[in-house]
Amino acid sequence: MPEMIKERPKHLALHQIRLPLAGYASILHRVSGAGMFLMLPLLIWLFELSLGASAESAAVFKAVMDNILVKLILLGLLWAFLHHFCMGIRILLIDVHVGVEKQQAHGSAIAVLIVSLFLTLVFGLKLLGAY
Amino acid sequence: MKRLVVGAHYGLMDWLAQRVTGVLMAIYTVIIFAAMLGGATASREAWQAFMANGFIRFITFLFIISLCYHAWVGVRDIWMDYVNPAAMRVILHVLTLLALVGYAGWAVQIIWRL
Repeated sequence: MPEMIKERPKHLALHQIRLPLAGYASILHRVSGAGMFLMLPLLIWLFELSLGASAESAAVFKAVMDNILVKLILLGLLWAFLHHFCMGIRILLIDVHVGVEKQQAHGSAIAVLIVSLFLTLVFGLKLLGAY
Repeated sequence: MKRLVVGAHYGLMDWLAQRVTGVLMAIYTVIIFAAMLGGATASREAWQAFMANGFIRFITFLFIISLCYHAWVGVRDIWMDYVNPAAMRVILHVLTLLALVGYAGWAVQIIWRL
């Protein structure tokens, strides 16, 4: 179908691309997923240390968790998980035709962004030992 | 327009697998969160006793497999979207697959030796 192949404007300059809010929520779903994938070894290692029977693994676990850089990474991963989780629920709802309308889809994208940030604050303060 | 859909419906399988594994992980998350509220992470001893439970190990195993499959589909989609040269893409696919299979083995043996 050569008639369907046409020159179309391509705007691949990232700083020029303007997305609707749902578009940002969507790309953040991908970014958060990629970030969690990259940090999987750290998470599995911490999981291993948390379950290690020896006193040494307990000490290493504590030392690693007390590291400020690790705390920041975990805080980022916490947001990534929560955003991915909320966005996943939104995707599943849209799959079953809930909230497909433009206005509702826009609203649910805002809800995902806000709820995941709010929950990151709530659990993040716990992670940082604020309460 | 009538279109001939070729292939073995890998796309549909992946779409479905992504949903099934996602739902499984979401349910697991809720269970773990409830357990945390119930004190499963109150101390190191409580956490280890919790994870040693047979049922928890069973669903943790399902979670690990779901996570690795879910990550495979997701990360592979990223490579397919952004990496054009076929050789480079194949290398990235293989590295991703090897990493995820290794992670799955690593994580499973953590719960299996408890």
